Amino acid sequence: MSFAVPSDLEKEIDDRITHYPVSKRSAVLPVLHALQHHFGFIEEDAVEWAAAKLELEPIQVLEVVTFYPGFRQSAPGKCHIRVCRTLSCAMAGSYELMDSICEKAGIDRSGVTHHNPIAVSDDGKFSIEFAECLASCGTGPVCLMGDDFHEAVTDVDGLLSQYK
Amino acid sequence: MSEEKSDLIDVQINGEWHSFPKGTRMIEACREAGVEVPHYCYHPKLTSPGNCRMCLVEMGMPPRPRPGEDPPEPDEDGHLPISWIPRPAIACANTIAPNMGINTESAMTEECRKGVMELLLANHPLDCPICDQAGECSLQEFSVEHGKGESRFREQKVKKPKNVEVGPRIRLDDERCIMCSRCVRFTDEIADDPVLGFTDRGSHTVLTVYPGRELANNYSLNTVDICPVGALTSNDFRFQMRVWFMKETKTIDVNCATGANVTVYSREDKIYRITPRQNNDVNSDWMPDSHRLNFHWIESDARLTDPLVKKGDTHKQATWQEAVATSADALASLEGSEIAVIASARMTNEELLMTNRLVKHLGAGHVDTVTRTGEADGYLISADRNPNTNGVKLVLGLDDPGSQIDAIKEGIEQGRIKAIIALQENLVEDADFSADLLGKLDFLLTSYPLANPTADVAHVVLPSAGWAEKSGTMINVTGRLQRLNQVIDGPGQTLESWEIIRDLIQATGGGNGIYAVNDIFKQLTQEVSEFEGLTWGQIGDLGIPLIETGETIPLLEREAERKAKGLIVG
Amino acid sequence: MSAIQYRPGKEPHAKEHRVVFKNVDRADWDTSLKTYEGEGGYEQLKKALGMEPKAITDEVKAAGLRGRGGAGFPAGMKWSFLPPNNEKPVYLICNADESEPGTFKDRYIIHQDPHQLIEGMAIACFATGAHLAYIYIREEFPEGAEILEKAIAEAHKAGYLGKDIQGSDFDLEIYIHRGAGAYICGEETGLIESLEGKRPYPRIKPPYFPAAMGLYLCPTIVNNVETLCHVKHILEIGSEAWAKTGTPNNTGTRILCVSGDVKKPGYYEVQVGKVTMGELINDMCGGLKEGRELKAVIPGGSSAKVLRADEVFTVGRGDDARELTIWDIPMDFDTLAACGSMAGSGGVIVIDDSRSISWILNNINNFYAHESCGQCTPCREGVLWMKKITDRVVAGKASPTDIDTLEGVAKNIDGRTICAFGEAASWPTESFVEKFRDELVGDTKTELEDDFLNAEALTAAANLR
Ligand SMILES: Cc1cc2nc3c(=O)[nH]c(=O)nc-3n(C[C@H](O)[C@H](O)[C@H](O)COP(=O)(O)O)c2cc1C
Ligand code: SF4
Ligand code: SF4
Ligand code: FES
Ligand code: FES
Repeated sequence: MSFAVPSDLEKEIDDRITHYPVSKRSAVLPVLHALQHHFGFIEEDAVEWAAAKLELEPIQVLEVVTFYPGFRQSAPGKCHIRVCRTLSCAMAGSYELMDSICEKAGIDRSGVTHHNPIAVSDDGKFSIEFAECLASCGTGPVCLMGDDFHEAVTDVDGLLSQYK
Repeated sequence: MSEEKSDLIDVQINGEWHSFPKGTRMIEACREAGVEVPHYCYHPKLTSPGNCRMCLVEMGMPPRPRPGEDPPEPDEDGHLPISWIPRPAIACANTIAPNMGINTESAMTEECRKGVMELLLANHPLDCPICDQAGECSLQEFSVEHGKGESRFREQKVKKPKNVEVGPRIRLDDERCIMCSRCVRFTDEIADDPVLGFTDRGSHTVLTVYPGRELANNYSLNTVDICPVGALTSNDFRFQMRVWFMKETKTIDVNCATGANVTVYSREDKIYRITPRQNNDVNSDWMPDSHRLNFHWIESDARLTDPLVKKGDTHKQATWQEAVATSADALASLEGSEIAVIASARMTNEELLMTNRLVKHLGAGHVDTVTRTGEADGYLISADRNPNTNGVKLVLGLDDPGSQIDAIKEGIEQGRIKAIIALQENLVEDADFSADLLGKLDFLLTSYPLANPTADVAHVVLPSAGWAEKSGTMINVTGRLQRLNQVIDGPGQTLESWEIIRDLIQATGGGNGIYAVNDIFKQLTQEVSEFEGLTWGQIGDLGIPLIETGETIPLLEREAERKAKGLIVG
Repeated sequence: MSAIQYRPGKEPHAKEHRVVFKNVDRADWDTSLKTYEGEGGYEQLKKALGMEPKAITDEVKAAGLRGRGGAGFPAGMKWSFLPPNNEKPVYLICNADESEPGTFKDRYIIHQDPHQLIEGMAIACFATGAHLAYIYIREEFPEGAEILEKAIAEAHKAGYLGKDIQGSDFDLEIYIHRGAGAYICGEETGLIESLEGKRPYPRIKPPYFPAAMGLYLCPTIVNNVETLCHVKHILEIGSEAWAKTGTPNNTGTRILCVSGDVKKPGYYEVQVGKVTMGELINDMCGGLKEGRELKAVIPGGSSAKVLRADEVFTVGRGDDARELTIWDIPMDFDTLAACGSMAGSGGVIVIDDSRSISWILNNINNFYAHESCGQCTPCREGVLWMKKITDRVVAGKASPTDIDTLEGVAKNIDGRTICAFGEAASWPTESFVEKFRDELVGDTKTELEDDFLNAEALTAAANLR
């Protein structure tokens, strides 16, 4: 399978690049966001495509991709969950929330390491990782389900059922 | 203050006052004051990211009076007291300011260095005994001076890739990398080939070459030189020899007219490594890989070690005396106009002067050298691949080196030229003389370090010293006079070209009392006006400008630009 | 003001003074331009366009507005650091990275009142001569980014952005730039590198002070969301009236975000220094949870040094010196600094007596170990080391000297790094160890003293020679 960027996506990307009249290189993040949004993660071909698009060396793009936890280099589940791990949410029970979601969604986090922070459920419906403070510390524990934000999460069954 | 003085700033370093030009970096001011500030990431030819923090020093400025308070009184030299700042400053990227104080010996500075060392060593493998960099690792060096004897680090170390092939000539051990980014900056800023980068983040950051790419540009080995630890190592040199066993000789590169300044590392007449030596007028701190690795031929099996004289169809080993006498005999029966001398722009000025003597002594009707050109690479490599074309012009007096070669060929063809003395050139391979053509000669003498097709057809073959086996001077592309210094002794019976020529002159009835290369240099100063008044010592390790050629070295031009912008110290 | 209706259960507390958060949680409010214009939206921009740019900066200076992003640096002064005879373009960046743990205020401005921010930015751009501005918004606000983009498009259409704004000859484009999950992108020079498409490695200062050499090495102003919103209000009521709110040198209102062990965590916009820690926790937040006692407070985001509940703080000099308990501390920049901590980003994290200090510190150290950019030695090597030590403390695998090492590592980071992340990461450890040493040591075991996890370390000394 070869990597192909559909023309409407490329058009969107070209449009984004115009937001950086001084330096195309500035568009690395938006280009990667657009690619990840479409493909679900950033594969090696995407890195090279982005580099070619922005006239950069591929290493210059890879340096950026690997720095940010916001970019994934492997396929996530259909719904990617990010649970806030940081202090206020932890005090409000975010570790327990993580365990509960994993149990109910059938995710095994035992293989999670620094280089591989994401665990995917066997059925591929969900993937999960911890995130750092999501700036809603007053309503912890909080999580992002894809792009949807959920506060004071207590009903895990109810939460998951919306994304099944 | 006089006008000149206004650009100088007074700075106190470890209690003593000094003056430096405005804009001087603290670390350079210290260096000039004889105070070395340890550093890893800083390199004067690269931008300063200030990331290693090894150069932190205690710093102070004149006290700022509180509102209502009287300003402090200057002392009799006009210096104000220094109020020391509780936060250390990096010496590498900060510039000096009037009345600044720097203390590199204070408890704070010492604490900073110890702290940084401890942290650098926390995740660093402590395998110095098997590390190739041992002996020239700045981490090891400073850690002995500034580190704590015993680490408080009880944790498991971060694991990273080891023994990664980052390019055809270089390997990387990521666990040893201290992330100073010198190599990344070099490949980006100097070599224009940004293939190295950091991936991941925090303690897990790794130096990487993009998958499928290589650090393969012709300047890649400079990254090994500037890597302060043993993270990047040269395949050619790795595990060959411990550095502390080697002799270091300062000399110059002879692979092109730039004449990059180099240090040659050798032991017992074997060369192990060549590294660039800083000369801001020639090669900055860098040199091309292709040049630095071009030394293995010196110990090639094809080295000529004894004079050879052709008897019938075969070459027979001979003594120098026999070989020279045979040559003298052959030349004695010829008119000067029947003799051509083909010398080399790879010869030193001293050798060229001797060549000139030979030409005159024999009354040789033809003289030239062989040109060698390629593409200039836009960095350091000159289009002229001979190291001393300017010497040929000046000392041998050829206006247009190489222009007579065709005429000489024609002369042989027509039987007008009957003998050739080919010094340090392989006419068949490097000047397109066919073996058949050379076969028409009554007499062909060649001196060369290696066996070659020209030698095959020569009547007398003289084994000569290679560039590392002799001393002398050369004039580079910009007109700079530089010294070539002998590194090792040549193998077997080899002689330096000037000795060979001297013997030839003597055997053909000429005479001169030259016994050392310095004597020839003295004669140069008497016979070639540009050399007038010069002494060998004056040339020094860095050479001196001798003539104006109008040529520039592109890499240096770009560094000058970056320096003007304040990006680098230069 | 009494006319404003808030959503049930979201009414501001009586001690609040809503300015920037006036429209947050309003019953009759949405993010449209129409709604915003209905309440005098963009009138201040129109007013500003008729003023001398320098006069605006002077107003902001006179108001004494201090940055709300963390450092509390006076905004007007920052703007006047732009080089006087500058010929390069000037850029303005709104720092909407909101990532300091415990801080959640910019989120609500962005999600509920985007035009307020855009108007504030437009005024600031006019004052500083910026024609291109970016809002650097954290990636975890995907909806916020959309809302802002829509608001910008609306404002553009209505002639509040773009070319020749309101016939003033002033051009301005504002673009949204989304981050990708990195705390260090909140640090202004890390942010700038990120916006340049590079790894967000903070730059050394000097020489790279953004006002002189920022984005694309041109003069650049970086301000927090809340700071920029205030600019609009300063123009609206004038610097003098604005400075009357709050307390001297700590003027205006700011949003305090309270989380942790209180009954009613949340955001409270108060006059700076007019509300004490006691009022904040006990009155506004409904006090501690049932049967619990206060153990500690982190007053300005997780990077601020912790305050212990039973500390007595001496503030003020000479005749003004007075002693304060934690409850008496007025929540302002200067007093919190005098108490040895900082007002920071306004994130107040309350810790009660049910919590283990080792666990809290370890959670914090985890955050910094994850977020260090890894560029400079002390932080890159030190923060992970601190985390590894507190990991072991929590797991019962540490010895008492590990606590000394922990403190030593923190001190080796503090003040020696490229950016203020070094302090942000070491202050928690320094202050927790200083103030809760007994409890931390209590979680260690003496018998583990010689337990080396890393056998290599033992041979290190010998090998170095
Ligand atoms: C590690 C670190 C993280 C920071 N994160 C933020 C942030 O998320 N938002 C913010 O506005 N400022 C943050 N800052 C402060 C910014 O560097 C900068 O001072 C601020 O944006 C300036 O705006 P202000 O003067 O309006 O406060 C951070 C600073 C540091 C050192
Ligand atoms: S490999 Fe060497 S030069 Fe490159 S970053 Fe690492 S330590 Fe520095
Ligand atoms: S202090 Fe930390 S975050 Fe800041 S530059 Fe250094 S490594 Fe990066
Ligand atoms: S700690 Fe979870 S949102 Fe801040
Ligand atoms: S030499 Fe690395 S910070 Fe100065």
